[in-house]
Amino acid sequence: MIQIEHLSKKYKGSEHYSVRNLDLTIADGEIFGLLGPNGAGKTTLISMLSSLLKPTSGTFAINGLTFQENKNELKQLIGVVPQEYALYPALTAYENLAYFGHMYDLQGSRLKDEIVNQLTILGLADFANKRISTFSGGMKRRINLIASILHQPKILFLDEPTVGVDVQSKNVIINHLRQLNTSGTTIIYTSHHLNEAELFCSRVAIIDHGELICEGIPKKLIEQQDAAHNLEEVFLAKTGKALRDYA
Amino acid sequence: MHKLWASTYKEFLSLVRDVGGLAILFLMPLLLLIVITLVQDSTFKSIQETKIPILLVDNDKGVVATSILENLKAASTFEVVLKDSEDEIKELVSKGTYQLGIVIPENLSSDLQTKVNANVDGILAKFGLDQEAETTPPISIATPKEVRLYFDPATPQTFKSSVENGIDKMISKIESQSIYKAFQEQLTEDTSEVIFDTQGFIRFTEIIPGEGPRDTLPNSTQHNVPAWALFAIFFIILPLSINMVKEKNQGTFIRLRTLPVSYATVLGGKSIVFVVVCLIQFALMLLIGVYLFPLIGLPKLDVSGKLSLLFIVAFFSGLAAVGLGLLLGTVAKSQEQSAPFGATLVVILAALGGVWVPVFVMPRFMQLLSNISPMNWGLNAFYDVFLRKAGFVQIVPELGLLLLFFVLTTLVAIVYNKRKNAV
Repeated sequence: MIQIEHLSKKYKGSEHYSVRNLDLTIADGEIFGLLGPNGAGKTTLISMLSSLLKPTSGTFAINGLTFQENKNELKQLIGVVPQEYALYPALTAYENLAYFGHMYDLQGSRLKDEIVNQLTILGLADFANKRISTFSGGMKRRINLIASILHQPKILFLDEPTVGVDVQSKNVIINHLRQLNTSGTTIIYTSHHLNEAELFCSRVAIIDHGELICEGIPKKLIEQQDAAHNLEEVFLAKTGKALRDYA
Repeated sequence: MHKLWASTYKEFLSLVRDVGGLAILFLMPLLLLIVITLVQDSTFKSIQETKIPILLVDNDKGVVATSILENLKAASTFEVVLKDSEDEIKELVSKGTYQLGIVIPENLSSDLQTKVNANVDGILAKFGLDQEAETTPPISIATPKEVRLYFDPATPQTFKSSVENGIDKMISKIESQSIYKAFQEQLTEDTSEVIFDTQGFIRFTEIIPGEGPRDTLPNSTQHNVPAWALFAIFFIILPLSINMVKEKNQGTFIRLRTLPVSYATVLGGKSIVFVVVCLIQFALMLLIGVYLFPLIGLPKLDVSGKLSLLFIVAFFSGLAAVGLGLLLGTVAKSQEQSAPFGATLVVILAALGGVWVPVFVMPRFMQLLSNISPMNWGLNAFYDVFLRKAGFVQIVPELGLLLLFFVLTTLVAIVYNKRKNAV
């Protein structure tokens, strides 16, 4: 379970809070969607939860553990799929995965079997020995995902895991995430694909200007919003239609 | 431990897959070594293949001018081009067509002779040997003469000083010989009678202090290989820091920060691979010095009996260079920051370390500064082994400083990273 209390983040030199006084609880086994326009604070929130950013104020605990006191234990517990293709282009898919697997303390046949298994599930077994630099965007996204789940994390953070990929790759990724969730992994993911979130998430939170606007089961949020037929209409009603350009 | 091994293997793969980068990493230092040694070898050689053309105007036409001309030709350093006027020399030297022009003044020989004769007569008169001089006071009527040297403004100061000293020495010799000759003429009628031994009494002998027999005197190769090998070793900070900045830019560093692995382990993998690269670079440079240099007319590098010590020095120098690279890679945010800063830093450290100009000729303040350059410690250790025939114990202080530098720079990198990415 993730418990977030009064969490805030203000970047150095910035006049505004990227995340402001946010309270949220995410239960075990959920597929939780963090939705919001560009610059709403989704990535900042996920970065704080995955030890990449230090909060300005407030606290959070994952399964009762904090990064200040249980850093290595927590890092072993979570998996993080960054927005970028965080892979070594000169290395093959297998070499990348073997390296990241070792960092999660996996070794020997356990590591090898896990890599082969994941590559097979995500349709990349034939490309294990090809260099990442030769991969398409969709293939890189799938390797990016595998690199974060080799150690079978209890909690998986994904920052826009399906951005820039074709429908087929997206389908494979979402199905695999569902499978992971079924086997006990809590998933927290950000996305701009609201239709995908509506179908995929058990619960969503819409945040804007760093603040929590609403949260709940997608179906209920749609019902509660006047004249809304889908999550996108709820989203527009809550966050407005103004463009969000930041520099 | 398996995490360190995996990090090392990943770094190794990243490096060997970049064939172009690898070629540059190993070939450019070798090219640098060959070019620098070839260029500097000419200044070390006693017999030069290239002669420096210089201009000379002989307004004297006497024995002194002839003697200067003969000495210049005998020195085989210069190719003397005779000119008729001082103005011509001025123009050619100021344009940079020639680097040096010498103007021998009118009546130099006769006036020198007059002055010497007057002095000799005076001395002999004091001893009561010259009747004529007793009635005539020995007053020299000759005015002091000036040999003018014109230098191209672009001529290095060291070259100017060396030429000035050479000509000064040459003229002093001519003056003393004139004095001897004047005494000879006054004291005997027989010109074949030898009264004075005019050969130089004092000579210089080069002795290398230390114990045991010394087969090899230092030559350009013995000086250049350690200096430029060290320079190349320290250039490792460029590819290393770029490698780290790349990780930040491509996102892998972000992933690494979410993994249960320490920054020290990540740096450890890089250190092992890049220190090995330094050692390979050094081995290639030694091979070039031993096998290629003799083939292209350069002195052979003598490594007999000191190979293991040389590699120990290279290892510790490599560690110091890697430490600096790790720190730069940790602090730099972009390649635009790390590459120019790294390159300039290496050049500054090399200058401070005495790679180009020996530390002892530097101003006192720079000499003090050179003590904090790891290249100075490395170079001293190399010279200790190469030229001073030192053993392991004698180089321990320098090795200790290099190791300390690696530990400190790496620690600063780790602390900086920890503070910057604290959660």
